[in-house]
Amino acid sequence: MGLSIEENQKLVEEILEAYPKKARKDREKHFQVADEKAIDCSTCAVKSNIKSRPGVMTPRGCAYAGSKGVVWGPIKDMVHISHGPVGCGQYSWGSRRNFANGTLGIDNFTAMQITSDFQETDIVFGGDKKLAVIMREITEMFPLAKGISVQSECPVGLIGDDIEAVSKKMSKELEMPIVPVRCEGFRGVSQSLGHHIANDAIRDFVMGRAELAETGPYDVNIIGDYNIGGDAWASRILLEEMGLRVIAQWSGDGSLNELEVAHKAKLNLIHCHRSMNYMVDHMEKAYGIPWLEYNFFGPTKTYESLRAIAALFDATIQENCEQMIARYKPVMDAVIRKYRPRLENKTVMLMIGGLRSRHTIGAYEDLGMDIVASGYEFAHKDDYEKMLPMLAEGTIVMDDPTAYELEELTKKMNIDLVGSGVKEKYVYHKMGVPFRQMHSWDYSGPYHGFDGFKVFAKDMDMTVNSPVWDLVSRKGKMEPEEAGV
Amino acid sequence: MSRDELNIKDNTSLFKEERYVQQRENKKQFEAPCSEQETAEALAYSKSAEYMEKNFNRQNVVINPHKACQPLGSVMAALGFEKTLPFVHGSQGCNAYFRSHLSRHFKEPTPSVSTSMTEDAAVFGGMNNLIDGLENSVALYKPEMVAICTTCMAEVIGDDLNSFIGNARIKGVISEEYPVAYCNTPSFVGSHITGYDAMIKGILSYLYTRSGIESKPGSGAESGEKLNVMLGFEPYTGNFAELRKILGAFDTKYTILGDHSGNYDSPATGEYEYYYGGTKLADVPQAANALATLSLQKYTLKKTQEYISGTWNQQLAALSTPLGIKGTDTLLATISELTGLPIPAILTEERGRVVDALMDSHPYLHGKRVALVGDPDLLIGLIGFCLETGMEPVHIICSNGDVDFNEVKFKDEAEALLAASPYGTEATVHVGKDLWHMRSLLLNDKVDLAIGSSHLKFAAKDAEVPLVRVGFPIFDRHHMHRYPIIGYQGTLNLLSLIVNTILQQLDDHNSGFNFELVR
Repeated sequence: MGLSIEENQKLVEEILEAYPKKARKDREKHFQVADEKAIDCSTCAVKSNIKSRPGVMTPRGCAYAGSKGVVWGPIKDMVHISHGPVGCGQYSWGSRRNFANGTLGIDNFTAMQITSDFQETDIVFGGDKKLAVIMREITEMFPLAKGISVQSECPVGLIGDDIEAVSKKMSKELEMPIVPVRCEGFRGVSQSLGHHIANDAIRDFVMGRAELAETGPYDVNIIGDYNIGGDAWASRILLEEMGLRVIAQWSGDGSLNELEVAHKAKLNLIHCHRSMNYMVDHMEKAYGIPWLEYNFFGPTKTYESLRAIAALFDATIQENCEQMIARYKPVMDAVIRKYRPRLENKTVMLMIGGLRSRHTIGAYEDLGMDIVASGYEFAHKDDYEKMLPMLAEGTIVMDDPTAYELEELTKKMNIDLVGSGVKEKYVYHKMGVPFRQMHSWDYSGPYHGFDGFKVFAKDMDMTVNSPVWDLVSRKGKMEPEEAGV
Repeated sequence: MSRDELNIKDNTSLFKEERYVQQRENKKQFEAPCSEQETAEALAYSKSAEYMEKNFNRQNVVINPHKACQPLGSVMAALGFEKTLPFVHGSQGCNAYFRSHLSRHFKEPTPSVSTSMTEDAAVFGGMNNLIDGLENSVALYKPEMVAICTTCMAEVIGDDLNSFIGNARIKGVISEEYPVAYCNTPSFVGSHITGYDAMIKGILSYLYTRSGIESKPGSGAESGEKLNVMLGFEPYTGNFAELRKILGAFDTKYTILGDHSGNYDSPATGEYEYYYGGTKLADVPQAANALATLSLQKYTLKKTQEYISGTWNQQLAALSTPLGIKGTDTLLATISELTGLPIPAILTEERGRVVDALMDSHPYLHGKRVALVGDPDLLIGLIGFCLETGMEPVHIICSNGDVDFNEVKFKDEAEALLAASPYGTEATVHVGKDLWHMRSLLLNDKVDLAIGSSHLKFAAKDAEVPLVRVGFPIFDRHHMHRYPIIGYQGTLNLLSLIVNTILQQLDDHNSGFNFELVR
């Protein structure tokens, strides 16, 4: 199955036939096959950011996952309370690989699970009193903690606990920022609302609270890089090499002070636009800070982005940028020379959170690979509008695709590489289809920047070309061996 | 381009490069970090006796607990039955977490669906979600049974599963006959083991009641030597295989009630099938006619055991995870007693070989002070194993340990077990404590070895104690769950793991002159 518009439209229709009528009608709206019209005018017919159908094995998570798991959790010098029953904090404990420097449990609290462990009595009588005690105990247990956030789980919102009042009172008593975050899992349709709520909490409780000793014309922020496998570090090194000064890095390896001084930057550089666009919009309005979305996946997009960033500064930075690109280009060319022949024309299907399904396309293309289907877990309309022009005609675009849809597409499109998350991974191993976890880099990385692209290229080669896939005896192809004569 | 320039560094070596070390230093000016002195002092303080006292005095905050929530256990339980789809009624994030968590341990897919409840369901209840969810999941994933559990959200708003399922039938979304088992699993009660128990009981009682069969223990079609066996919340697929081997050696007929090993140990064939193995649905009501039921996690399976001995009126033998020689002896004696069959010679022979191995290794184990973390039944087994090898359990933490069986609490049994051995005199059993408490214990009262899940690695590292990974979850090592730890074979596996960890330590920390060839 190639990239024929009609064939792929038919394919999608066939796959959706398995659904009951109501669900099929809904799922139809979440698919689009890229055609000339859609690509040229960036028109987007794909429905997104609406409820998943019950019972369909959606890949999506919840608002808590978006707030605690993605945005707040990586802020390393604050303690983040998973407020409610034990599970949410336990499952999000150390499972996103956002690296942070520091001593765990002393001045770094990222890979820890700090919870109010709600019992039945807390549901009946409310958890407010307990929450206040917890905050005092946190300052005793972690004297170097710079602040606390309260990440509320489902029951907290349902029983009507006033975490805002407790936070306000305790913030005064303990003389540190205490941030209530109303990210109960039932809010919204996916992680996405959690990002928004988390951003609003940063805006309301942290932003603008500290000053920089001195500011300069080259002060920028890295926004929306979660430092998976060290991504933010591999990005930051390029910006600094170009002569910019990164004054805040959100939120991978982030700290409270960086959140508080970020408003002093001259420019916001945003990587994951989906999860932090609310922030750069606010900072533009409130502080007049312009912003730019950049993409550091793969050399082509990285060169483009570096030049776009440099263009916003003076000739010195632009000169530095060109010199830097000239320095790295031979290495990047060598990486491509080595790996492209091994990956040329391999087909890729992506289903990732809210940014990488689009941002990684260029990196795959640098390696000669073809994206034939791409979709997001929790993207919004603007993400699809940005993605469509990047795709070849006939590419299948899908929103919140279910496990069943992905499996059928993989089989029918004869996919060479699937990029998605841990829930999907082992299904494709059963099917004998090469797979990379593109949420967590499958315990590898970094993938951002020039250092990251080397790892990316090596990983894709390793995945697609591992001899292990040849060992899978596909059921359909298996034939009984005749005894030798 | 020379080879050197294409040297691709992983994140360990890359970030050790000087330019990244500089970046790290430079970034600090914006982090407003504590001074090195402050950090060093806080670190030293966190290791002190004074800190430990404060740590043990905290009343409300829970730091790094060793337990998960109920519905996670229910999902695992549901996957123990043939072509059964776990169905989680509540916010969809929970289901995503259960699937990820279980998949990270087993390195296998976890098929499970959610009702994806949002704000409107929080106000009006989740009935429509449940009805639509049943229609969609049955059409797409074609299960032969759906097994529904609740999350804390559904419990707080008081959704009534029984009536919702009834309404789904009235609406014709599923037929009157279509099996839908269910249980209530609020996350603010108990833990993953409570949820496992709730779903096993839910499925057994549901399938039994609807079959119309009336239990007559020992009178089934395959009566005589037939046994029911339950392993409980079992993170080792290898343990199922080991148990089958043992029961096979006895030549008894048996039904494993809740066997998720098929789902979590399926072959890569080029095709994915959603459902692998599991207890046959038709075998469940017949299980009411078995001679007896053997439970291998008595604290986990509390309510299921009550149900079997009550409603099925069946003889019940309830043990904890059979680890070690004595634990396995008890298992074999119990099977023999329940079935009237003699202990097979082949197992006695195997016992002898493993005892021989224990003798070979005992000098390296004897007197080794050990810290243990786990679920109640696993801990009872581990304590027994340590005591019989001459290892000395010192710190024992059970975050979800406040469970009883037949009016004996886990803590009482553990303490009695320890008190009965000269090797148990130093031990303290901490129930309801967490791994941050364990950190203090390890730092203030040193041990030689820690045994527990991957979550224990942080405390073990701070205390510089080697960790032997046993239990759930094991995220950071591969294939551990494929090797049994129960039975004589499991004892040998556990012994090898432990003794070789200790030998590795000897090699790693030798003084030069004792870097020896022969151990």
